[in-house]
Amino acid sequence: MQLSVNGADHSLDDLEPEMPLLWALRDVLGIKGPKYGCGIAQCGACTLHIDGQAVRSCQVAVGDVWGPVTTIEGLGTPDAPHPIQAAWIDAQVAQCGYCQSGQIMQAASLLTETPDPTDEDIDDAMSGNLCRCGTYPRIRAAIKAAAKSMNEGA
Amino acid sequence: MGRVKTIARRSFLIGSVAIAGGVAFGLWRYKTPYANPLLADLPEGAAALTPYVRITSDAITLITPRADKGQGAVSVQAALIAEELDVSLDQIETDFGPPSPAYYNTALAGDAVPFRATNDSWLAETVRDLADAPMKFLGMQITGGSTTVPDGYDKLRHAGAVARETLKATAARLHGVERSALSTETGAVILPDGTRLSYQSLASEAAQTDPVTDVTLRDPSEWRLLGKPMQRIDIVAKSTGTQGYGIDIDQPEMLHAAIRLNPGQGAALASYDATEARTMRGVQKIVEIPGGVAVIADNTWRAIRAAEAITCDWAAAPYPADMADHWQALSDSFTRDAQDSQFRDEGDVEAALAGGAEIEVEYRAPYLAHAPLEPLSATVRYTPERIDIWTGTQVPRFIETNVARITGLDRDRIHVHAEMIGGSFGHRLEDDVVRHATHIAMEMPGRPIKLTYSREEDMAHDFPRQIAMARGRGRVENGRVTAYDLGIAMPSVLSSQMGRQNIPAPGPDLQIVAGAWDQPFAIPDYRVTGYRAPELAPISSWRSVGASSNGFFHDCLLDELIHAAGADPLEERLRLCTHAPSRAVLEAVGEMSNWGSAMDPGAGRGVAYCLSFGVPCAQVVEVSDTEDGIRLDKVYVAADVGRIIDPVNFDGLVKGGVIFGLGHAMNCQVTYADGAAEQRNFDQYPGMRLYQCPEIEVRGLETADKIRGIGEPPVPPAPAALANAIFAATGTRLREMPFDRHVTFA
Repeated sequence: MQLSVNGADHSLDDLEPEMPLLWALRDVLGIKGPKYGCGIAQCGACTLHIDGQAVRSCQVAVGDVWGPVTTIEGLGTPDAPHPIQAAWIDAQVAQCGYCQSGQIMQAASLLTETPDPTDEDIDDAMSGNLCRCGTYPRIRAAIKAAAKSMNEGA
Repeated sequence: MGRVKTIARRSFLIGSVAIAGGVAFGLWRYKTPYANPLLADLPEGAAALTPYVRITSDAITLITPRADKGQGAVSVQAALIAEELDVSLDQIETDFGPPSPAYYNTALAGDAVPFRATNDSWLAETVRDLADAPMKFLGMQITGGSTTVPDGYDKLRHAGAVARETLKATAARLHGVERSALSTETGAVILPDGTRLSYQSLASEAAQTDPVTDVTLRDPSEWRLLGKPMQRIDIVAKSTGTQGYGIDIDQPEMLHAAIRLNPGQGAALASYDATEARTMRGVQKIVEIPGGVAVIADNTWRAIRAAEAITCDWAAAPYPADMADHWQALSDSFTRDAQDSQFRDEGDVEAALAGGAEIEVEYRAPYLAHAPLEPLSATVRYTPERIDIWTGTQVPRFIETNVARITGLDRDRIHVHAEMIGGSFGHRLEDDVVRHATHIAMEMPGRPIKLTYSREEDMAHDFPRQIAMARGRGRVENGRVTAYDLGIAMPSVLSSQMGRQNIPAPGPDLQIVAGAWDQPFAIPDYRVTGYRAPELAPISSWRSVGASSNGFFHDCLLDELIHAAGADPLEERLRLCTHAPSRAVLEAVGEMSNWGSAMDPGAGRGVAYCLSFGVPCAQVVEVSDTEDGIRLDKVYVAADVGRIIDPVNFDGLVKGGVIFGLGHAMNCQVTYADGAAEQRNFDQYPGMRLYQCPEIEVRGLETADKIRGIGEPPVPPAPAALANAIFAATGTRLREMPFDRHVTFA
């Protein structure tokens, strides 16, 4: 199996194809941004992009990955954050922060498809991502701020 | 008056040796300074100025011993030190520090004595000081009880000031000038000629300087950092996926473990069959541990899969198998024999209610899981000479004690590395995951092994929030509430939790009535009684502990009585309230919500109030009864913590606390069937989702005279405010959580 993650190619011939992508990334490739929270697509902490589309990596078998994978590490870096990450930093969204990689990847996918989302669009896109600390008001604010800055930059 | 008070307290402290039992032993220890734990590992040329500051030639490190589970503890503790030390937050490093008895938590004991937080009499203060002595003796390095700020507020600023003045004294000695002629800024001592001497350059000489301990803390009007919006130290890492948590630990040659434990908490594994698991790919070893069996494999997924393939035969749980019996045990506890406390008994409730009560009601609050999003994990490397433990914990000292017992190693061979925590809500006040990981690691000495709980194991083996029941009655006259009688029955959280650490918890458990007995209302006939139910399922502290259920009971009974009196819910609470900061938060939410203004048909507004952890918090919730069910429209919150250290963090913690309180009240419960928790994942334990989250407006007041923490106080009033709002909108009184047993939420 060949896997492209954040622009780098990996050979994973020795893995069971049914291993969830989440665990292949975390335990085999050492990419820890996607988090394990529930294992059954109920929390969204493992959200990443395959071919630009947000998916729950705990539910995608590594053998079924259909395109290049982008994790939070591939979206931006501490020195060069993506505009969505910059908005997350400005709004100081995170408390424990454990869900935020997934929240940010879900929001990135939303803003790609819907550059100027309404509250209802945000509700629809983000309600599968659980935050136990209760940072929802700042998530909503950060998405709106990111949309504004991305649209102005475009 | 001030002088008399001081003398009285000192003589009382000294005299108390004989009367307070164990305090006598503790008192001697109390007078003995603890050894400075940071001296042990210091490299050559380093100076440890106080237990909270470490300066070496290449770094200024602030030790922030309270765990950060998302509440921003690292930033707040660092800012308290940095304010006096004169460093900026981008030039320092932080470190949780090793577990040490020098990091005892004084504020936790202060809230464990039976004086209301609004009682500032010298007797109350004296008893709080006394309670501090055994706490110091136990050396409890605990994060909990919203104590990080009150515990550190003076201590950490003092540490920063002592460090600063000692660095100045060092520069004065080296350059032959008076210390008073020197100033400090951004990590440097400034000589009279303007020369900057960095703290790092002074570090080794400062080690030779007698510490300057006679320091005066700066007036808040001079603060540079505190009280102003700060950027959390961890915010960039947590926004870019680069923050490491306990579950992300990697060690060379590390193996992974998963676990199957008896879902009947505390019961044994009768037998098991791991035939299939043994043959599964990556499995290295199957290990029997107390209460269950573990798989060691080469990655997490293979370990979890193999653990699931083991068939187990479990012994029966040591508590009732089914929920009906848990509720029955509470119901049977409203007796004189089971009475645990009656700290509030004003007027003559029996006489007032002899002719009957207007209201006579029963309330229920279920068991609740902590369910932080990061499941429990611990990485352990054991050798007969030394053990290393990497884990997110609120109780590093308890870990040392228990690992010493399991391994037989001395404390100085046990190294606990505190990791960043992906949520806790009280979950990490328990150390069971470390005990299990230690047993597992001892089976493969020398190999680091990371035990990760699956979500299902995490929730099945959580020690949940207490189950609780309350019975209330009261009378009203002439539009006023005149009699109020509330009895609360629950098992003792303190005794269950401390019991697992072999620490006795004698006397009444204040948590049984916390958030109820101590409310600052003047009702002519007013009584709150705590009843200690027998131990049922083992329970633990859950964000706001006793007040998480009692805030709901106390305020909803008051709301029902106010309604029966025909009074205005906000006006009558204000009329009854005797505590100025509490009145202020009630008035604030009244103003914010435009209380009394007209609402759309089907909409309703409810107010609730609770004083917990010394913090008065009032909330107004607005809901609408829609075709899809009850919709939460808006929440207004006001709280008074005396002084707000960081308004951005304060706002986030208040909103988070409200959402935590509302979400669990709406749709969460843990129930037992056959002795096992039935809710094992978020499909059965949803909490609040973004689409349900109302707009929340926060106002922080700073009128109270003591500084307090804000992690927990926003939780207790939220369920009551929601129930009262739903009553206002629909006429339906909700007396049992979760509310979705009775209404649908949009």
